[in-house]
Amino acid sequence: MEIPCVFHEAHLMRQLHKFHGGVHSPQHKQESTARPIAAARLPTRLVVPMHQHIGNRAKPLVQVGDTVLKGQMIGQADGYVSCAVHAPTSGVVTAIEMATVPHPSGLPDLCITIAPDGAERWVERTPLDYRAMNPSELRNRLRDLGLAGLGGAVFPSHAKLNPGKQPKVPTLILNGAECEPWITCDDMLMRERAAEIVAGAKIMQHMLGSDEVLIGIEDNKPEALAAMRAACAGTAFEVIAVPTIYPGGGAKQLTKVLLGKEPPAGGRSTDIGVQVFNIATSYSLARAVLHGEPLISRIVTVTGNVERPQNFEVLLGTPVKELVALAGKPRSDTHGYIMGGPMMGFTLPADHAPVVKATNCLIASSPALFPPSPPALPCIRCTQCAQACPVGLQPQDLYWFARGREFGKAQEYDLFDCIECGCCDYVCPSHIPLVQYYRFAKSEIWAREREKNQADVARERHEFRETRLERAEKERAEKLAAKTQGSKTPASGDTDAKQAAIQAAIERAKLKRAGVVPQNVENLPAERLKEIEEIEARRIKLKEAMEKQNETWPD
Amino acid sequence: MLTALLVMIGLALFLGLVLGFSAIKFKVEDNPLVQKIDAILPQTQCGQCGFPGCKPYATAIAKGEADINQCPPGGEEGIRKLAELLGVEAKPLNAEHGVPKPKSVAVIDENLCIGCTLCIQACPVDAILGAAKHMHTIIAQECTGCELCLPPCPVDCIRMEPIQEDIANWKWKSPVYSMKRT
Ligand code: SF4
Ligand code: SF4
Ligand code: SF4
Ligand code: SF4
Repeated sequence: MEIPCVFHEAHLMRQLHKFHGGVHSPQHKQESTARPIAAARLPTRLVVPMHQHIGNRAKPLVQVGDTVLKGQMIGQADGYVSCAVHAPTSGVVTAIEMATVPHPSGLPDLCITIAPDGAERWVERTPLDYRAMNPSELRNRLRDLGLAGLGGAVFPSHAKLNPGKQPKVPTLILNGAECEPWITCDDMLMRERAAEIVAGAKIMQHMLGSDEVLIGIEDNKPEALAAMRAACAGTAFEVIAVPTIYPGGGAKQLTKVLLGKEPPAGGRSTDIGVQVFNIATSYSLARAVLHGEPLISRIVTVTGNVERPQNFEVLLGTPVKELVALAGKPRSDTHGYIMGGPMMGFTLPADHAPVVKATNCLIASSPALFPPSPPALPCIRCTQCAQACPVGLQPQDLYWFARGREFGKAQEYDLFDCIECGCCDYVCPSHIPLVQYYRFAKSEIWAREREKNQADVARERHEFRETRLERAEKERAEKLAAKTQGSKTPASGDTDAKQAAIQAAIERAKLKRAGVVPQNVENLPAERLKEIEEIEARRIKLKEAMEKQNETWPD
Repeated sequence: MLTALLVMIGLALFLGLVLGFSAIKFKVEDNPLVQKIDAILPQTQCGQCGFPGCKPYATAIAKGEADINQCPPGGEEGIRKLAELLGVEAKPLNAEHGVPKPKSVAVIDENLCIGCTLCIQACPVDAILGAAKHMHTIIAQECTGCELCLPPCPVDCIRMEPIQEDIANWKWKSPVYSMKRT
């Protein structure tokens, strides 16, 4: 009697905080919560991308023609920040090739295609005795089970379930806020499978050594709140209703609301002793640890311009087209599919792209639901964007710098703290596509960083080579000096032999080439030949310059 | 085949080690201006500027012996940065030294290579691996695209391939839309 009462009091008494800005946009959640989660049909084929998480792409472990079992690892994690990929069902590997993936670029990526055999034959599944296991071994197992954050960022979970240098992470937050309009997959999962989410949270608490576990859910989900509270009975976990405001489900925003503190600019949540996981990640963790099931399916909201909006439990790799068809015949004015929500999602390059670990929601879009935004007007510096920005940035300044390609300035104004939530876009009276500018600026800065790193490596390698050549030259000179009287013939004889060998090899290669490849020097266009000539001329000049330099250097 | 592979891996490891070591051991104190200029240059080490590498060109600029518009791989942006650093007017690239090209890497046709090692000797950044008489390969990651290995190859089996856009190096484009006048 006494004890539950105390916990009840605790969550009533918790003082909530506010984050800066945010917007109230139409929710559109009811559409897809009227029906329970349904299991999606086995599709005709599964296209499984090797890169569904942040970090290195997984390395294929199978070959075309191989028979695979449901849950068999088909892609191996490559490095620490990476995770494994599994066969979502039993069947035969029919292709390993570049194929369309859900990415805003529309560029293809490496995928393994499986033709299901319909038998759903599982690999052997072994539950993990996580309390008895060595923490690092446990993390490795989770990486091999393919666990990644299902809230949208798909960061490999094992890497976050590591207290690192600290002895523990005092506060664990489960994120059930689900603030973005249209999306309801977390809501439905909490309503229907709360017990397993809580079981996952216990494993996380064990791995991080957390003292407190807070579960934040927006107050527009009363059923989910009730279900989670019931499942947490008898534990010290606190289920907390947080105000409904976008982007209240951002990790930093939720932390601010629950704890009143936030990581420093450019910092991580662990800097203030907090780790945040999505509730769906917690569910998958429980399936993985307690049942030995790798991550091969997830809940996806199918909504928007469809007949029967609903949540489905979908095998990863299911083509979007086949999944959407389960929600009724697509309406004729559907002109594309948005993956994610309307604020942060993107339009899929094609409807045969597969569902991946990051696919929380598919919205069939139509001109009626998402009218094109009116033409942009110049910025009037009204600062409405700054008032809406949940990070407290100055979007109008960032826009100015990004547009003028003053990327250094944009960085000084904390461009990389922007979470691309789209609040600024949403409120801007001039309809400027602000987030697009920030994405553009960020990718330019990354590209420059890559170029700079490559240049640094090239500089180092070049300098090393110079020293090596210099040393070799000196050694040769010393040797020569040592036997000034010695005959020169052996040396020249040596080079003659070498020359002859090269010539013979050339002849052989010429013969071979005549048979194998028609493309050869004789057929080269004039400009290519000219180019080679120019390079040759440059090389001679270069050599002369180098020799001159060598002469002038005192030894 | 296996021995060739082992030789190459061994070589790669060895070179990497020596490289790391030499970076520490042979660190030379330089003229800070030369270093600043060199930091802007793209390190392609192609010699198109008329100097045997980026550092000598940087030295020449610092001494006032060379103009700032002689490096095609650096392009207009490189010139702009140099102009900014030196407090001079930016100018268009001197076409005598060549034109900027899309970044490429060299690829060796494995069927034709006779293993003569001439390309190895030409590569300014040791990006080519291989032992005498064995097939040679280019480490695409280290290749700067300088093209210096093309002419020495006696069987013309090296070609340049522009780097393809993929998901890893793809960039968001700047928004294009018509701005309505008020
Ligand atoms: S809301 Fe739009 S118009 Fe107003 S300051 Fe921001 S970018 Fe400019
Ligand atoms: S998109 Fe970035 S700048 Fe705009 S409101 Fe969100 S965090 Fe602020
Ligand atoms: S032209 Fe080539 S060698 Fe000269 S500075 Fe530019 S990249 Fe370096
Ligand atoms: S120069 Fe040509 S033939 Fe000789 S090793 Fe290099 S690629 Fe092979």
